[in-house]
Amino acid sequence: MASTMRIRVSSRTVHSKWVDKISELSDQNLLSCYQCGKCSAGCPVVGAMDVLPNQVIRLVQLGLEEELARSKTPWICASCFMCHARCPKGVDIAKVMEAIRQVILRTRVDWVKVEELSQDVISEAPQMGIVAGLRKYTS
Amino acid sequence: MKLSYYPGCTLYTKAKNLDLSARATSRELGVELIELPVWNCCGAVFSLASDNIINLSAPIRNLVRAKENGDSLVTICSGCYHALKRANRLVASDEEKRGKLNDFMEADYAGDVKVLHLLEVLRDVVGFEKIREKVKRDLSALNAAPYYGCLLLRPEKELEFDDPENPHILEDFLASIGVAVVDHPFKTECCGAYLAIVHDDVARDCSYRIIQSARNNLADVLVTSCPLCHYNLDYNQIKLAKDHRGFRKIPVVYFTQLLALTLGMDESELGFDLHHIDPRPILAEKLT
Repeated sequence: MASTMRIRVSSRTVHSKWVDKISELSDQNLLSCYQCGKCSAGCPVVGAMDVLPNQVIRLVQLGLEEELARSKTPWICASCFMCHARCPKGVDIAKVMEAIRQVILRTRVDWVKVEELSQDVISEAPQMGIVAGLRKYTS
Repeated sequence: MKLSYYPGCTLYTKAKNLDLSARATSRELGVELIELPVWNCCGAVFSLASDNIINLSAPIRNLVRAKENGDSLVTICSGCYHALKRANRLVASDEEKRGKLNDFMEADYAGDVKVLHLLEVLRDVVGFEKIREKVKRDLSALNAAPYYGCLLLRPEKELEFDDPENPHILEDFLASIGVAVVDHPFKTECCGAYLAIVHDDVARDCSYRIIQSARNNLADVLVTSCPLCHYNLDYNQIKLAKDHRGFRKIPVVYFTQLLALTLGMDESELGFDLHHIDPRPILAEKLT
């Protein structure tokens, strides 16, 4: 996320149905995050993300659905639960990432097409890895 | 002693070596792993969305079947352990979801089967001390770096497996079979997991850091219990060797394979031909 990005916050976005959905699907109190950044500090794949995990929480708090819909961060998250293990407020960020993915996947927009998986993956990857990936990336 | 066993899909195919070595070593130690007569995929991941009750039916169906055969279920794959244990805990603690699932599956399951990882069986049922007594071959010259990954450890409160930041069950196990344990800071870091199927470059970076961490601490092998960790750490080295000048490959083995060797079993039954980085040369060199 570019540091100069201009964002518009209004009571309409903060109290949007999307915020309610993320909150309900993740079963997390999103307002308990105070932006300490320990989640991003411990995330093993943060280098490949365009929005940091703590920024994801802030964008959700502000109801900025479009910014997150454009981000690849929820699809880079490997659900390793390191962020949750280190969060001083007990926010399960992996569940927030899942909620963001699910809201998109439930509009039948998949992150990958099964037929586009590489032959290498199909012949070499363990079944549990393929099943796990398809459950995260497809509707 | 007989215990119900859930191999899961990967141990039947890509991780046949983990299954073979687990069954053989358990038998040698007096534990018969009895495979559930009927089982299905555990779902590979635990559903994180709060409304995904239907996805709990896969892991819970296996536990319902386990209940018909006893009060515990042993599994080895970290993914299966994670999915089964978390689903089980949710059913035990959430009355509404338990009711819906039981209605759907026409079952009466309370979440009371104990989900056990084979490492817990080795520690609590067999006992590391007893394993130490049964060791026949000396592998003390081998420097082994334990690698836990994510799914055995986190979330700590649901899995109750070990300390999520400073686990020691693998170290204790390796010490009991007389292997030299190498501590390294990346033993609980993610290997990249399922990113491997789409974002393989990101997964490869994760694996690279773990391998370098083990290598820099003078490890000869990495030791894991997860087929997906194994794939990422093992298979990725073929490309890592091309991308990084001076990259030194390191074999990745399952904890059960080392157990089998120290118990004096023949390596021909341990499926080492399934590894991309062959562990046999270093193991032959260190085993006396």
